[in-house]
Amino acid sequence: MSETPVEKMSFEQAMTELEKVVGMLERGDVALEESITLYERGAALKKRCEQKLKEAEEKVALITLDADGNPVGTKPVEGL
Amino acid sequence: MSDLIEDDSTGNVPEFSVSELSGAVKRVIEGEFGFVRVRGEVGRVTRPRSGHVYLDLKDDRSVIAGIMWKGVAARQQTMPEEGMEVIATGRLTTFPGQSKYQIVIEEIRPAGAGALMAMLEKRKAMLQAEGLFAADRKRPLPYLPEIIGVVTSPTGAVIRDILHRLRERFPRKVLIWPVAVQGAGCAPQVARAIEGFNALSRGGALPRPDLLIVARGGGSVEDLWGFNEEVVARAAAASDIPLISAVGHETDTTLIDFVSDRRAPTPTAAAELAVPVRMELIGAVRDFGLRMDRAMVQRLEVRGQRLRDLSRALPRVDELLDGPRQRLDVMGERLPQALTRSVDRRKLALSEIAGSLRPAVLTRAMAVEQRRLSERAARLTPALDRLVQARREALGHRADRLSARPILREIEVQKARLADLTRRLADGQEARQTDLRSRLDALTRLHETLGYRETLRRGYAVVRGDGHVVTTKGAAENATGLEIEFADGRLKLGGGSSSRKPARAKPPEQGSLF
Repeated sequence: MSETPVEKMSFEQAMTELEKVVGMLERGDVALEESITLYERGAALKKRCEQKLKEAEEKVALITLDADGNPVGTKPVEGL
Repeated sequence: MSDLIEDDSTGNVPEFSVSELSGAVKRVIEGEFGFVRVRGEVGRVTRPRSGHVYLDLKDDRSVIAGIMWKGVAARQQTMPEEGMEVIATGRLTTFPGQSKYQIVIEEIRPAGAGALMAMLEKRKAMLQAEGLFAADRKRPLPYLPEIIGVVTSPTGAVIRDILHRLRERFPRKVLIWPVAVQGAGCAPQVARAIEGFNALSRGGALPRPDLLIVARGGGSVEDLWGFNEEVVARAAAASDIPLISAVGHETDTTLIDFVSDRRAPTPTAAAELAVPVRMELIGAVRDFGLRMDRAMVQRLEVRGQRLRDLSRALPRVDELLDGPRQRLDVMGERLPQALTRSVDRRKLALSEIAGSLRPAVLTRAMAVEQRRLSERAARLTPALDRLVQARREALGHRADRLSARPILREIEVQKARLADLTRRLADGQEARQTDLRSRLDALTRLHETLGYRETLRRGYAVVRGDGHVVTTKGAAENATGLEIEFADGRLKLGGGSSSRKPARAKPPEQGSLF
């Protein structure tokens, strides 16, 4: 099991963990007590995945450059 | 004075100032070579900050300095570099300050695609030798990048295609670093953009992307050339942020494709490589949730059911003892009865057997046996008598048949046979003697008939000398004495001399019979 707290996990980490948890629960080779803990972890992981999936916001910005080509800021891009 | 000097000098040749001469040369050169095309190899190239490009064009004997003004350089599709075979178009001019002439290049391009490709291959080989193409340098792309940096032209179809496909799959934060995607500015700007994105810090005002896409639409080899430049390739290879290259169409391959972490055939494909499909992930997460619930429910159900089954199968203690206890009661009741019944049954059997055991039975049995014995004893003597009688009769019968008569009869028969045979023997003997005698007589007669004595009777004589029959005159002469036999007797003649008379002797054979 990964040591990263669920709230800090990337989507991919959370998804991989969730898949592992589901597999363990489905195989049914863990004790009942443990399976309840597993289920709670799975639920948290699922929530994390859903949260990351909800953050599907499009935000497009164009970097502005100075005369020497150094980035100085951004401006929003519309209509692309 | 002036006349003198003029006279002293070289006649009427006009005299120029340096500037005048330089100006005259300039006019001649610029007039004569106002528009030229020159082919040669690019020598040293310098690019000062001014943006102008200085380069040498050379062949095996000569060198011409060249300059390309900033504006012109930016227009060029291919940036000249050392060693490249090029055709430059421009005009010649002089630089009077240094007594130099040079070509001001308006356009410069590789001398044919072959020259360009040959150079690209050389460059590729070099970078490969450095290991920049190695598979183990490729970093995996993040599964779901938060921020995507795109290096491309801010206008045009490419960025639109990328944003469109990202929106469809998984809307993300996108930072666009605008660059020229062709011309001389392309390569340095692209390289700068890649380096610039890498230089951003994660939490800064400009957030650092976790994935880069370097993209350009399709075009000619010259259009795409900037992405073949070494600076671009090196910048891409050095990028810490995973980088997808998407330059031109699927069939176009540029140098950056060899060093990027992934190569996408088109900008749209780059967006597909960059992010997964959100809806699919939502489905997958929901599916995991369902599977988890199902697994849990099933687990609880299975265990609950098992618990119910087990508790159902677990009987109460009373129930557990009820059966045995009842059996004990039944047995306890049945035990005395069974004992009594068993004794009764045995008693009955005993009395049955004892009842039949009385003296009368034995006596009766003995009487029966005695009767049988006396019966048999009585039958014993008569049976023996009968047997003796029968045997005696048989003996008598046979003795009767035993008499001398048959033997006597046999003797008579054999006697008669003997007499018969004796008579036949005597008869036979007699007949045989008679027969033989008559045959002897016949033979005697025949013998006498054939004998010489009968011949003697017919007047012949036999002469013998010294005991032997003499048949020749010589023999007679040699004999000591002769004897003549006649039918009636023998006559001896002398001793030694002659009997001249030759006997008509028998054939010697006959004589030898005697």
